[in-house]
Amino acid sequence: MIMAQIQQEDRVNLGAKKFSMWIFIFTSFMFFAALTSGFIVYSGQKGHALDVKMPTTFIFSTIVILLSSVTLYMASTAAKKLEWEKQKFLLWVTFALGIVFLVLQIQAWYILTYKMGVYFVGPNASRTFIYVFTGMHLLHILAGLAVVLNAIKGTYGSVTQVKNLYKMEMTSIFWHFLDIIWIYLYVFLLLNQN
Amino acid sequence: MSTLAVHDHAVAHHDEAHEHHHKATFLNTYVFSQDHKMIAKQFLITGITMAFIGMALSLLFRIQLAYPDKAFPLLETLLGRFAPQGRISPDFYMSLVTIHGTIMVFFVLTAGLSGTFANLLIPLQIGARDMASPFVNMLSYWFFLTASVIMLSSFLVQKGPASGGWTIYPPLSALPKAMAGSGEGMTLWLISMVLFVASSLMGGINYISTVLNMRTKGMDLWKMPLTIWALFLTAILGVLAFPVLVAGVVLLIFDRSFGTSFYLSDIVLNGQVQPYEGGSPILFQHLFWFLGHPEVYIIIMPAMGISSEVLSVNSRKPIFGYHAMVYSLIGITVLSFIVWGHHMFVTGMNPFLGGVFMITTLIIAVPSAVKTFNWLATLWRGNIRFTPAMLFAIGMVSFFISGGLTGIFLGNAALDVNLHDTYFVVAHFHLVMGSAAIFGMLAGVYHWFPKMFRRMMDDKLGYLHFWLTFAGAYMVFFPMHFMGLDGVPRRYYAFTEFKGWEHWLTVNTFITWAAMLSGVAQLAFAYNFIHSIFWGKKAEQNPWNANTLEWTTPVEHLHGNWPGEIPTVYRWAYDYSKPGAEDDFIPQTVPFSQTMSSNLPHDFEDNPGGLEEYNKWTAAHKASEPVK
Ligand code: HEM
Ligand SMILES: [Cu+2]
Repeated sequence: MIMAQIQQEDRVNLGAKKFSMWIFIFTSFMFFAALTSGFIVYSGQKGHALDVKMPTTFIFSTIVILLSSVTLYMASTAAKKLEWEKQKFLLWVTFALGIVFLVLQIQAWYILTYKMGVYFVGPNASRTFIYVFTGMHLLHILAGLAVVLNAIKGTYGSVTQVKNLYKMEMTSIFWHFLDIIWIYLYVFLLLNQN
Repeated sequence: MSTLAVHDHAVAHHDEAHEHHHKATFLNTYVFSQDHKMIAKQFLITGITMAFIGMALSLLFRIQLAYPDKAFPLLETLLGRFAPQGRISPDFYMSLVTIHGTIMVFFVLTAGLSGTFANLLIPLQIGARDMASPFVNMLSYWFFLTASVIMLSSFLVQKGPASGGWTIYPPLSALPKAMAGSGEGMTLWLISMVLFVASSLMGGINYISTVLNMRTKGMDLWKMPLTIWALFLTAILGVLAFPVLVAGVVLLIFDRSFGTSFYLSDIVLNGQVQPYEGGSPILFQHLFWFLGHPEVYIIIMPAMGISSEVLSVNSRKPIFGYHAMVYSLIGITVLSFIVWGHHMFVTGMNPFLGGVFMITTLIIAVPSAVKTFNWLATLWRGNIRFTPAMLFAIGMVSFFISGGLTGIFLGNAALDVNLHDTYFVVAHFHLVMGSAAIFGMLAGVYHWFPKMFRRMMDDKLGYLHFWLTFAGAYMVFFPMHFMGLDGVPRRYYAFTEFKGWEHWLTVNTFITWAAMLSGVAQLAFAYNFIHSIFWGKKAEQNPWNANTLEWTTPVEHLHGNWPGEIPTVYRWAYDYSKPGAEDDFIPQTVPFSQTMSSNLPHDFEDNPGGLEEYNKWTAAHKASEPVK
């Protein structure tokens, strides 16, 4: 078999893996869609309205995760322009913003529980859903942080540019998705807060 | 520019773990293999093992049903505390029913069926060297095996396995103290199923990605064999439906272990009022059946694909209505997401909503019927070869018809109020899902055994296996319709003790003996399967004279499937007995230029150049042909 053909097949294969990431995004989306549908069915019962005003912390965390998407986008552009130092720096910034998001979400739990008296356990599970939405999203964020770290690792080792770009693309798909899911959940909660 | 390491032999390695060195050892060939053909065999053998275990469990509870007041000391010896004084305890009866259902639905007919044939056939029939991600594919198997082991390990805990039914409705599944099986058994069930879903998702993502990205030259979607279509759409169903089950299970776990009340309300347990308030068990049913109904099609669609292929090959005829077959699969895939409410007609659902679900349910019978008619039309005036695989494929059609018809009864809300949770439902789904899917799977095993193990299975034992199983399954499940019509509820430990239902005892005894007979028949299969792996007749490259690509690979397995270039595909998979052709089959790899005498105008629908050549050729030949 000739060299060119193998390389051809390789490229198809990386393409296929990227495609797999998209399908994974779909499964993940279905998971959150199911949780929010569950909320709709549950809160449709009498006396189970949410009736919680969302803490302002969520506004800050939304801004932070939006920013992290911007920095990740800039990191990708840098990688394409072969500016690896800049890419590395921006990836670290993205990672840091991810951590800040995580901390803010946990702070929001703190405020919900101790300042607003919205408990995880209680007779109105609509409120429990707030914790479930954010908690399950945070689990995804942890996975996302691991993916970002993996991309950062790539900028230290001697990974080829093809591999580097591939990692950046995979990371971008996943991280931007987490961003969008958070906005979906937040808007969903805002729309249902009465 | 790719700079992945390239090895001396003619195969490109894609995965990182593979880049460094590649030496065939026992471990990486048979155990941690990343080769899709080996993974298929691992799925198959694990699936068959689970099937035998699941069957043994069913025989145990059948004994209880047939002989409710007889003691069998042997049972106590075998089962110990689960069968005190030689009689299966009520709690353990429930566990048996639950684990039987779980194993059969998920471990045998989902993982065993899709896992085996998607892994084996997708790369081989679309012309790919392996899956999109062989490593994830391997993980998919290992998660499945771990899930199986954990599920079985629940027989070792003090109070026995989960016992709330395979549908694990709360509150029984949500309150660890509710019944014996609600404790550790239920916990293990949940852990096992989480791993199982992870395995299914990894597999499914891989299958979809492979089909869409890695087809060989010429293999456009409309040239794919129906097996691939079916496995592909099955994977899509799984990828969309399983996450919903996970969501339901996550909430269940919160209720179980963290004190929330998603599904629980107003519960008094052993005289103690429980603190749960405001939950709705119906919510769980919605989440469960949103997966649960697509799940039954996840089970049957691969069997449909396999049967289509086997029926066409062995009728020596093109599959009837190839396009209709594909569109009906797509129709089933889409519709299966909007019918789940037919499992919940009696949950106090708004009758209007019930009516909507009734209509969607009856609509899904249409694509199902289209498929059935097409199978029958494929058989019609075919040049039928009754191989064991063919018999099983015909059996699949038979069971699908007799079980599908009762689905239409159940789909009518007004009838279902009476029939729900009776043996009528048990009869329905064991015929349409249990028997039909198992027959489809067995058809696949007999048909592709030579591809998997390079040897042939024995035909005579195959016939014996078929006839005993076919007769046995009908004898077991057909009488259940009448019990259901008489109102006998499912999952009861000893319903023949109730006044008015005693007369079913004789029927129960009959069913149990028929089940034993079918069980014995499986020994013929087990013997045939194992014996043939080692000592069967050596297979030729294309033993069934079939058209699909897998039969163009060498009999010896290669990592990468084809020694040289991957063959190009020129035609669909069903050119059997084409008028004017030399043989009664034309493999997909044969270009039209080599089969001038059998070409037809519609072979060149989107190929004007080819059509021109064809017209020239026919004009030339017409001129030289003598006038009749
Ligand atoms: C012809 C189309 C079909 C219709 C209209 C239909 C209808 C129904 C209905 C209404 C029920 C609920 C009965 C009840 O619980 O009261 C049901 C149960 C069931 N059906 Fe079907 N069905 C069809 C085909 C299938 C197929 C193809 C499969 C599987 C391959 C299947 C598997 C099942 C299973 C497993 C259950 C019972 C689940 C349980 O409660 O444990 N059905 N069917
Ligand atoms: Cu259904």
